Amino acid sequence: MKIYYFAWVRDYIGYPYEDISCPKTVKTIEQLAQHLKDQSDGHRRAFQDLSSIRAAKNQKFVANDSEVSDTDEVAFFPPVTGG
Amino acid sequence: MIKISIQNEEFDVTAEIKQLSSKSIGAIATFSGMVRDGSKDSSLISLTLEHYPGMSEAALEEIAQKAKKEWSIDSITIVHRVGRLKPEEMIVFVGCASAHRHAAFDGCQYIMDYLKTDAPFWKAEETKDGTTWVSERENDKAAKRRWHLEESN
Repeated sequence: MKIYYFAWVRDYIGYPYEDISCPKTVKTIEQLAQHLKDQSDGHRRAFQDLSSIRAAKNQKFVANDSEVSDTDEVAFFPPVTGG
Repeated sequence: MIKISIQNEEFDVTAEIKQLSSKSIGAIATFSGMVRDGSKDSSLISLTLEHYPGMSEAALEEIAQKAKKEWSIDSITIVHRVGRLKPEEMIVFVGCASAHRHAAFDGCQYIMDYLKTDAPFWKAEETKDGTTWVSERENDKAAKRRWHLEESN
């Protein structure tokens, strides 16, 4: 699964992108976030408070309970602040 | 016509307006967003804008399409800059061209309200104390809700 990180989520994790294969138990965005949280100290800090993180699947905003599969492009980032 | 551009370079407001104009256009409403120094001691050095390439263009296109569906707007231009900007530089330009002013004004405001909450851009402020990511504003979410045109994300 291709995973992108932006803004302070990326800063904590230390890189903007990773390609991982998830255990079968990961079926939703929230489960993916929980899985990623255990990957490193940086991931733990980034995913500490899931309510402060937003997600996109295949470049569309999605809710935490949205389903994910290995072929999806997923991104995690803070609430947007453009304009 | 819809024109979306995400770019590092400065944009020229006069040139953008000229591009939007044609014989049937009676009104062009525009919005320019600027880098503002909101720090307590006026110590903003720069504002760095980051985006999600691919998704950001698609999100702006979708917002423009929705505005065109809602109002009688002929052409829309959205230019959003990314990269490191200095105070007083321009960040964003929105222009709506229509036969009459109300559609142009409303469309322009609608696009900015949705851009603030539905397009993947992030700002980091650099001051003498370091660099911090800008937090979302409750006001922006409220501004979007007032349109009541559809369900929000």
